[in-house]
Amino acid sequence: MNTSVQQLKESVSQSIAEAKQGWRAETRAAVESRLPARIVLALPMAVLATYAVHLWAAQRQPPAETRVYSVFLGMTAGFAVAAAVAQFAWRGMRRWMRHMCPIIAAVVLLLCLWEVITSGFRWLPLPYFPSPAGVLLSLLEDSALLFDSTWHSLILLLSGYALGVIVALVTGICIGWFSHARYWGMPLLKVVGPIPATAWVPLAMVISPSTLFSAVGLIALAVWFPVTMLTVSGISNTRASYLDVARTLGAGPCYLIFRVAIPAAMPSIFIGLFMGLGTSFLTLIVAETVGVKSGLGWYVSWAQGWAEYGKVYAALVIMAAFFSSIMTLLFKVRDRVLVWQKGVIKW
Amino acid sequence: MVSFTISGTTEGSDLQVRKVSKSFPAPEKTEGSVLALSEVSLSMAAGELVSILGPSGCGKSTLLRLIAGLDAPDSGEVRVGAEAISAPSAERGLVFQDPNLFPWLTVRHNIESGLVARGVLHQKRAEVDEFLGLVGLEAFADAYPHHLSGGMAQRVALARALINHPKVLLLDEPLGALDAFTRMRMQDEVLRLWQARRTTMLLVTHDIDEAIYMSDRIVIITARPGRVERTMDVSLERPRQRANPEFLRLRSDILEFLHFAGNTREAMTPELRNL
Repeated sequence: MNTSVQQLKESVSQSIAEAKQGWRAETRAAVESRLPARIVLALPMAVLATYAVHLWAAQRQPPAETRVYSVFLGMTAGFAVAAAVAQFAWRGMRRWMRHMCPIIAAVVLLLCLWEVITSGFRWLPLPYFPSPAGVLLSLLEDSALLFDSTWHSLILLLSGYALGVIVALVTGICIGWFSHARYWGMPLLKVVGPIPATAWVPLAMVISPSTLFSAVGLIALAVWFPVTMLTVSGISNTRASYLDVARTLGAGPCYLIFRVAIPAAMPSIFIGLFMGLGTSFLTLIVAETVGVKSGLGWYVSWAQGWAEYGKVYAALVIMAAFFSSIMTLLFKVRDRVLVWQKGVIKW
Repeated sequence: MVSFTISGTTEGSDLQVRKVSKSFPAPEKTEGSVLALSEVSLSMAAGELVSILGPSGCGKSTLLRLIAGLDAPDSGEVRVGAEAISAPSAERGLVFQDPNLFPWLTVRHNIESGLVARGVLHQKRAEVDEFLGLVGLEAFADAYPHHLSGGMAQRVALARALINHPKVLLLDEPLGALDAFTRMRMQDEVLRLWQARRTTMLLVTHDIDEAIYMSDRIVIITARPGRVERTMDVSLERPRQRANPEFLRLRSDILEFLHFAGNTREAMTPELRNL
């Protein structure tokens, strides 16, 4: 018996070691080999093309725009050259460039295409569709206000999201676990939950003492429904045999809820957290547009009121970066919490 | 003949099942109920290893759930030592055919879970390594369950049940899902654990060889309703030989009793045709 266990252990550890070695050899080969010229040159070439197009189109643009845009392109080119030099000595940079260079070059070429369409051929009406140089100038000129707006949006979003998630987890776990809570809570959830949070705006304006307060409440409400729904479904789909096993191990109700049902529901809860994050972005912007006098949503409608479309686009750029960073953060948290799923599901 | 069963100290306890009956609601749209167990009685001495042998659907698993306290019988009672059973507890460990390891916990934390559930992890942390060693999985302590083979996962499940030092360990076809070779190896493994821990073990199986190879006594249950048809003592010396003539004689006895020795279907009694 012992020998067979020993053999099994040896064979398993051997196969693990082989797999590791294989993986190392593969990544080493990928890292050590020189980067192909098309990857090293992609970014400098894209920048060069974009600059050439800009020089042609810039004749009809204010000189201030050309100045900042040239500096921006110059910095990008400088970065591309520095990276191309660094990658000869730095392995991490080589791996990063192999992954990122095609994407960054494509983004730069999109800027080029944008410039051709707007200030180049003037295919799109002007006040509404500024050139990339114009947007960049607005971004820099108004950076203090944009930063302030982003900060206010962040505070509002996080407080609303946190409040919504906390309430949703409590209600979701109660409805999912206790049959009484399910009987009374589920109809409420099913009837009230699907109403879009933004539909409550008129009521929120009447009953809440301040617009900030009502905005937090609306975002929390928007987050609450999907998170609660998926927490309930995760908790009530806990495999009965896990609970049976835990009971025969001496588990009390606390262990069953917090150490069996909630971990088993975690994958489902995270789906709810992602859905809730999406609806919270939407509700944030609507709340800021309608009531709150700060934040990115307010900035967009304010800039639109002055017909400064460069600023509108600048705010959109900031929003894209802002929201996708928060989304990435949530993905990182999920990867930490659900690390046990690695290998069970397509990761 | 050396008896391994009751010699030495046992941390097991005796088990009495007295005239236990259990019925379940009939499938939808039909009235009444289905009798799963009918006045089943069973008595085990402390440290004994008894197999329950029977076809699927004979109520073997129902009986184990009643003994574990996960379900309540309609009539009759189950006693472990002097205590009548009313709810599940760590004193009666249960291992299923599916190891049911918690996938979000590593092997070590799975084995610990019984100690955590009872709130005694601080006092007994040292035992975790002992039980990891007992099932030979020290090298996999930090692996997650889906990295384990079926046999390894079942060993973790055994260690997880044994770390609570149960008075009775209930095994519900624990080796049923394993391939033939792994199964035979795991039978030795379970016997080794039984001899090391000296706990009372009740093994449910539908594998005749497994029942003869492992147990002191075999209880044969037939289906619809489940009732004890026969009890056989297995007095073979341990460790047992699967090719021993006495082993084979017992085997053909059981086959004959179950009418599987080569009879045609027509020769079966009506209730056995339903098996």
